[in-house]
Amino acid sequence: MKVERRIISVVVQNEHSVLARITGLFAARGYNIETLTVAPIPDSDMSRLTIETRGNVRVIEQIIKQLHKLIPTFKVIEHEEMIEKEMVMMKFPINESLSNIQALCEAYNGGIANVSSQHIITMVADEPKRVRHFIEAAQRFHPVEIVRGGVVAMERE
Amino acid sequence: MEMTGAQMVIEAMKLEGVDTVFGYPGGAIMNVYDELYKQSDFRHILTRHEQAAVHAAEGYARATGKVGVAFVTSGPGFTNAVTGLATAYMDSIPLVVISGQVPITLIGTDAFQEIDATGISRSCTKHNYLVRSAKELPRILKEAFYLASSGRPGPVHIDIPKDVTAELAKFDYPTHVDLPTYRPTTKGNVRQIKKAAEAICSAKRPVFYLGGGIIHSGSADLVREFVNATQIPAVETLMARGTLRHDDPMLLGMVGMHGTYQANMAMSEADLMIALGPRFDDRVTGKLSEFAKHAKIIHVDIDPSSIGKLVDVDYPIVGDLKEVLEVMIPKVKEHVDPDRYQPWRDILKRYNEIHPLKYEDSEKVIKPQWVIERVGELLGEDAVISTDVGQHQMWTAQFYPFSFPRQFVTSGGLGTMGFGFPAAMGVKRARPDKVSVNFTGDGSILMNIQELVTAVESRLPVINIILNNHYLGMVRQWQTFFYEKRYAETDLSFQPDFVRLAEACGGVGYRVETKDEFDEALKDAVEKGVVAMIDVIVDRNENVLPMVPSGGTLYNMMLEFKD
Ligand SMILES: Cc1ncc(C[n+]2csc(CCOP(=O)(O)OP(=O)(O)O)c2C)c(N)n1
Ligand SMILES: [Mg+2]
Repeated sequence: MKVERRIISVVVQNEHSVLARITGLFAARGYNIETLTVAPIPDSDMSRLTIETRGNVRVIEQIIKQLHKLIPTFKVIEHEEMIEKEMVMMKFPINESLSNIQALCEAYNGGIANVSSQHIITMVADEPKRVRHFIEAAQRFHPVEIVRGGVVAMERE
Repeated sequence: MEMTGAQMVIEAMKLEGVDTVFGYPGGAIMNVYDELYKQSDFRHILTRHEQAAVHAAEGYARATGKVGVAFVTSGPGFTNAVTGLATAYMDSIPLVVISGQVPITLIGTDAFQEIDATGISRSCTKHNYLVRSAKELPRILKEAFYLASSGRPGPVHIDIPKDVTAELAKFDYPTHVDLPTYRPTTKGNVRQIKKAAEAICSAKRPVFYLGGGIIHSGSADLVREFVNATQIPAVETLMARGTLRHDDPMLLGMVGMHGTYQANMAMSEADLMIALGPRFDDRVTGKLSEFAKHAKIIHVDIDPSSIGKLVDVDYPIVGDLKEVLEVMIPKVKEHVDPDRYQPWRDILKRYNEIHPLKYEDSEKVIKPQWVIERVGELLGEDAVISTDVGQHQMWTAQFYPFSFPRQFVTSGGLGTMGFGFPAAMGVKRARPDKVSVNFTGDGSILMNIQELVTAVESRLPVINIILNNHYLGMVRQWQTFFYEKRYAETDLSFQPDFVRLAEACGGVGYRVETKDEFDEALKDAVEKGVVAMIDVIVDRNENVLPMVPSGGTLYNMMLEFKD
């Protein structure tokens, strides 16, 4: 069976150790977590998790059913038609060309987040594939640190 | 009304109709025990080990379908209880287990007898709670009983810090539970049920694959009606024993690793499998790629994650089995022609004639299978049968004439040695009208032998029948078959004197080496109503057959073993 990448969003009740329940489920059953993003949903007692995972059809189906089965799970969204974004921050030495870095960031919907006496920090938020390309392209400015956020996604409609 | 957390626990037991709590006290749960001391609404049974407390609660739950309850203290009290939780979890048994915890102010400090109990129980419970304040305790207690017994049942664990048991709060016990995140589907999809009914009526070689869900959902009567109306042959899993009467002509016997030849052949050659509440365990299916290769599959289960987990299903139906069957049976009855399956029934009958379930009896040495059949003859429907784990368990499942659901209490999914005796105590407490028999092994019985004291003290007359082969027999059998008889650490020739052991605890012991002695011992134990230990010396080289070797195919059974 073909292994595919899937983005799953889970809406859960904010309660003691709910995140542990979810990561524990993935660990116990041998499922993959590539990225995981969590934050409370404003004005509610729920949180939303976005999980990027890999598996064959049967595994993905089980992941979804097992997530549903957790008592605090309110909703599991299997994304088909979605907008996905990922964020990355990168730190460059100050002696690299500020304007070239800025131009590159702008090509990827980003910009300069901070400039100190030692470092330039950039921030880019884009589709995961484009974020990858950005990181590749930015290599020539000798980044000293890269921090990627997980994927977040929203249904198109 | 205001009360302490400890009082709330006791009050909730009353409101939930709990008549028995099994448990063991300790520092962190003393406030609860102090309140327990002051009441007389329910009985507390002091086991001599927390594992036994949980197994006893399981035995109680398995024999009745009601929620079993156990109390334990923090730290080692809780960790001792974990095997019980895991055993119940694997077999979907409704339990509420309450543990004490160090005070909230000490949590996270590696305090005396502190352990991350909910962290440990998370993977072996349906749900668990760490209670943060007495205020939330009424809701949590109510939810726990509801979660344990609804949907796919299972154990729920509540960890209560000591300061919460002393804290005062308002006690307003909810009358019902409304969890927006938990709404089990109970009604099956009617279109899917209709399609399944059509498939049944047009199949040539259908077979019922009956699983533990039937027992949990209380739908054995409906299943009996279904089988009778269609005259479709049926196999039972270990957990479904007792669904059909042992003498039902449609019953092909148990399926799987130690199932009958006809049951496993029926699964292999069927063109339609009607799976009612089983979970396609590997001990049933054998090698998955060869499992039911020719069959379309109807699978009814209340747990969606159970459907399609291991095999592809053609007619998935999520719902409570009882509600689904109430819709499905009339639809099938309308069109079904039982004669249609006659050629198929004839084939299966032939299979059974060629390779029936059998053993060779002897007059020189007692065969373990004989003991089980004999108890079946002498006690039959008057007994509820528990087992430990090993060869004796499989022989019991094969040879005992089960007549009603919940007559068989065994650890299926986890296969926990030491389960049988405490479970049989729980059974006796729940069904005082029945003789509570525990078929056990010389290995297993020692894993909770201390419960002799509990059983005698609490007047729970369990009859333990040790099928004593002086081996960890099931492991020895695998060593015989697959490890060229290298009997690594399975020889139990060195044994306690089980008769004196029983007597030392106030029970009655019998040592049995002949059939007559066995009859006398059993009759005596039943008549006297004592906690009994019948140590039956059986043929130590007997093997459980037939057998599908692990990972083998159902249609390729080992029928005999020749040295
Ligand atoms: C707690 C536990 N430890 C180990 C095992 C592995 N095991 C399965 S059957 C068995 C032998 C049981 O021996 P006995 O109780 O004498 O039963 P017999 O097979 O001889 O009938 C063992 C060790 C187990 N199932 N449970
Ligand atoms: Mg043995």
